Amino acid sequence: MSAPQHRIDTSPKVSDEIRQTTCYMCACRCGINVHMKDGKVAYIEGNRDHPVNKGVLCAKGSAGIMQHNAPSRLRKPLLRTGPRGSGEFREISWEEAMNTAVGWLTEIHETAPHKLAFFTGRDQSQSFTSFWAQHFGTPNYAAHGGFCSVNMAAAGIYTMGGAFWEFGQPDWDRTKLFMLFGVAEDHDSNPIKMGLGKLKERGARVIGVNPIRTGYNAVADDWVGITPGTDGLFILALVHELMRAGKIDLHYLAQYTNAPVLVDGETGLLLRDEDGKQLVIDRITKKPTPFDQKGVRPDLSATYRHAGVTHRTVMAHMADRYLSPDYSPDAVADRCGVPADRIRAIAADLARVAFDEAFELDLEWTDFRGESHKTMTGRPVSFHAMRGISAHSNGFQTCRALHVLQILLGSVEVPGGFRFKPPYPKPVEAHPTPHGQGRPGRPLAGPHLGFPRGPEDLQLDEKGKPTRIDKAFSWENPMSVHGLMHMVISNAHAQDPYPIDTLFMYMANMAWNSTMNTSGVIEMLTDRNDDGGYRIPRIIYSDAYSSEMVAYADLILPDTTYLERHDCISLLDRPICEADAAADAIRWPVVEPDRDVRGFQSVLIELGARIGLPGFLNEDGSPKWKDYADYIVTHERRPGIGPLAGWRGEDGDQAGRGSVNPDQLDRYIENGGFFVEHIPDNAQYMKPWNMDYQDWAVKIGLFDAPQPFLFQLYVEPMRKFQRAAEGHGDQQPPDHLRDRLKQVMDPLPIWYEPFEQTLVDTDQFAIHALTQRPMAMYHSWGTQNAWLRQLHGKNPLYLPTKLWQQHGFKEGDWARVTSAHGEITVPVAHQAALNENTIWTWNAIGKRKGTWALSEDAPEAREGFLLNHLIHELLPAKGDGLRWANSDPITGQAAWFDLRVRIEKVAAPAEAQPAFDPIKSPVPTGPTTLKWKVGA
Amino acid sequence: MTDLPAQTTRKLGLVIDLDTCVGCHACVISCKGWNTENYGAPLSDQRPYGDEPMGTFLNRIHSYEVQPDTGPAQTIHFPKSCLHCENAPCVTVCPTGASYKRSEDGIVLVNEDHCIGCGLCAWACPYGARELDQAEGVMKKCTLCVDRIYNENLPEEDREPACVRTCPAGARHFGDFADPNSAVSQLVEKRGGIDLMPELGTAPVNKYLPPRAKDRWDDESLLAPLLTPVAKEPSGFLSWLDKALDKLPGGSA
Repeated sequence: MSAPQHRIDTSPKVSDEIRQTTCYMCACRCGINVHMKDGKVAYIEGNRDHPVNKGVLCAKGSAGIMQHNAPSRLRKPLLRTGPRGSGEFREISWEEAMNTAVGWLTEIHETAPHKLAFFTGRDQSQSFTSFWAQHFGTPNYAAHGGFCSVNMAAAGIYTMGGAFWEFGQPDWDRTKLFMLFGVAEDHDSNPIKMGLGKLKERGARVIGVNPIRTGYNAVADDWVGITPGTDGLFILALVHELMRAGKIDLHYLAQYTNAPVLVDGETGLLLRDEDGKQLVIDRITKKPTPFDQKGVRPDLSATYRHAGVTHRTVMAHMADRYLSPDYSPDAVADRCGVPADRIRAIAADLARVAFDEAFELDLEWTDFRGESHKTMTGRPVSFHAMRGISAHSNGFQTCRALHVLQILLGSVEVPGGFRFKPPYPKPVEAHPTPHGQGRPGRPLAGPHLGFPRGPEDLQLDEKGKPTRIDKAFSWENPMSVHGLMHMVISNAHAQDPYPIDTLFMYMANMAWNSTMNTSGVIEMLTDRNDDGGYRIPRIIYSDAYSSEMVAYADLILPDTTYLERHDCISLLDRPICEADAAADAIRWPVVEPDRDVRGFQSVLIELGARIGLPGFLNEDGSPKWKDYADYIVTHERRPGIGPLAGWRGEDGDQAGRGSVNPDQLDRYIENGGFFVEHIPDNAQYMKPWNMDYQDWAVKIGLFDAPQPFLFQLYVEPMRKFQRAAEGHGDQQPPDHLRDRLKQVMDPLPIWYEPFEQTLVDTDQFAIHALTQRPMAMYHSWGTQNAWLRQLHGKNPLYLPTKLWQQHGFKEGDWARVTSAHGEITVPVAHQAALNENTIWTWNAIGKRKGTWALSEDAPEAREGFLLNHLIHELLPAKGDGLRWANSDPITGQAAWFDLRVRIEKVAAPAEAQPAFDPIKSPVPTGPTTLKWKVGA
Repeated sequence: MTDLPAQTTRKLGLVIDLDTCVGCHACVISCKGWNTENYGAPLSDQRPYGDEPMGTFLNRIHSYEVQPDTGPAQTIHFPKSCLHCENAPCVTVCPTGASYKRSEDGIVLVNEDHCIGCGLCAWACPYGARELDQAEGVMKKCTLCVDRIYNENLPEEDREPACVRTCPAGARHFGDFADPNSAVSQLVEKRGGIDLMPELGTAPVNKYLPPRAKDRWDDESLLAPLLTPVAKEPSGFLSWLDKALDKLPGGSA
């Protein structure tokens, strides 16, 4: 038949209305256009005007429609009726749920607030949840940073006043060489993909350093399949080569870093004047001079002899250390699994691009010393890293090493390099110290999580015992600035340092993939005392979905989906700024819940008022806020500074600072759900030292006074802890930690072996085992999502060619994988683009039967598995009777990636091992067919 | 059997950059979301919460490993949807005229009212780009978002396929390959864009940009001078520092 032509409508109506809000399918917080038909969500796309995603949207974001309508959504508050873990609940009214929670919590608040442990998982309201916990008076609050990537955050802030995460970005438009370390598909999800796209468009070079060549490493021009846990050694070999060749930015180091600052030859502390200002030797006067004086020319190589002691610069100490042959490429090559020539080639290319391809931008600016500059020097080399290098017990020092490398190249906050996003950079001194000393019925004096300056900021009682249940800010991990969520249940069960009464958690799947030692934690959650009561007496949990954790709680407060709630993505917390703008955003209910559920933050507001927390009541005793939306608009953290920076003031015409505007949320909704305030052109770079930036930051309320600072190659607070371990000062660590603190609290970056491999027989456990999340699921609460699970419904254990052949594996085979702690039996698959001693799998694909509204024969519940069973929250026993956390000894970050295993081929079992009994589901299983179409 | 148009005025299609695609599946899900809600029958999912979930997708990403003669193995992410072939075998095989190629823009479409679900077109397509929807019993395939690209209810900048609009890395480009000056034609020219399985004679409109050469480490001899030590001994480093600082603008020399 002849070519047919079919009349079709090429201009159908797209939707009745577009409602613009913020995605919550991961931590990226893109702007989304929610197309509505007949009051229902019909289609979700990226918001082109939004500063984060500029219109694009990832798989998670587009699958939000399945998340919003997921059959696993909880429907009503639940009270446990069967034993913990059975999944037997009775649906209760919100009145009964709130009365129950208020009853439990009021007693604790009034008698012993530390008996509440309140930890939040995928919380995007930490500024509010921490405020609540602070007013409750418990020292036991944190979000999930401790088991995620605190090393990256802490190392960045202590070194350069800001971190990678989503708090900065390469200068994507100008960088010519981009080095990406480790799994980094988590932060910042879409902006990194967009940035890689820009690099590819320009033909810029991307080097991926990762044992696994997937995702971003697949498009890297060059791949370095490094041995896990050796990134720090590799980076310090680059530092060695660059310093040795003099390929370091001397002007930058002298002017903007503490490289020229004098280190006290006796104490190792930095020399300061009477005002506490760090001292340098001025090359003109040859005299010790405060670093910030106008006209000072800090000397990098000077020595200063005074009262019989010789004081040398930080740079001289760095030369002593890093020029040593111990850090030469030849010395590290075998341990890193990277040939020495390759390390030298990378060092040479970093030098070539940073210095031979340097350029000037015609941007006039004035530095903090009052000197004007006609241009800014660009060094087009940039770096990014996240969990990959940080989730090791040597992660903090590795992250520090990477930042020191960036700074030596002069490539931070310069054109072509790495740029911070407001409110960063800001020095450690601008952050609070930790607070934790509570009194019954009273709030803490300040926020829980802060940045210790030295031993005086540790959270210890008069006997030196940790005051926090997770032992954050103790000698075991002095700079644990995000807490240690992975130790809460373990410590509460061990009653070490003390027993608690109530564990209160939000969106944290601690009975499954969000915990180390899953089987052990399940036992801890269900373990009973001799009197029959639970060892952890009460557990309250809030989640929107039927996750594994639900069955292990006593009282469930069902949350809304992200399209049914108010939220603020705040400059007080983790905003959505870009390197050239400050920005924040909201979520608002684009649809109302069709279930008896409530936004968790609004529930906390009501709980706070009913418990009688002082910050939550007006003077007449009435509740201060109606709900979270009311808090977002009317709360002021400092006069004129609230959760949202946009449209402040009575007339809504003020940015950053201004009185409360009752119509603020409406203005946000009119503007597409977000607010942007651009940074002036000449304040776009050199921010820590650029007075135009500093003044702008004060104007919009990021700080109350300019706070220029030097990058800290040498981190003095670390030296203070190290010095205490050497026996100086009143605050002394316990003897069993002394040697470790002396080693690891080094104020200049070092590398040491990851702990697990120093405690197990590495001939027996020769293999490194890693996990990563697929890009289509990273940081998503939605691996059960009907569309996404069709992409990643199975997670074989991927083996490199060497191991595949050595064990004679074939497609469809299974392996038993054994660590010092446990074993699993799982399906395997071959991957050639993999470090030859490393195996890995996708994390959090495995599901417990009876959860997430999946059928019990779902592949996630049969073949899916967790590597978590092999990873203990404690290190293998050393025979000293002590409980040593499997964490970074500086920050307490969970050392997930230190895992060592052995594998053997076994007959395929009926399902992946260990297998667990099904949980009785609080929701029905999802439908057997979907034919999704909302409109006619 | 169904005839193809002798020629089409325009040749609309996609060019997909395999050097840039990170395999994030954004295009897959955005496509699913738009097309289940819009043109024709919904894209159904069988056992969406059960064993072996299996739904209809118009665009999928496959990942392959490639072992070059030298150097480490590489991972390639390969998005695949209908290539809107000029000699589309799926059209000529259609017994009812349901599958057809539009003369105005070359888009290959299925008239679902005439589709009997016989599956011949899927069998004839060498690329596996068509999927029979199990719930509706009709053949589904990429429409190049024919209900977006001309849609006057959308802002002009949004008149492109959902997969292109959403791609975070910018690895997907949409345009007219009949126009040698179009952005997509130029990109194909500049980057050596290729046809998929050209030997089959299907003359696909969609093109792929091949991955750039990888793991070509610079010859060390070229870069070695960059790493010439400034001093033989570590102690010499500090005197080098001193001299080097003198040479900087504002140095004491």
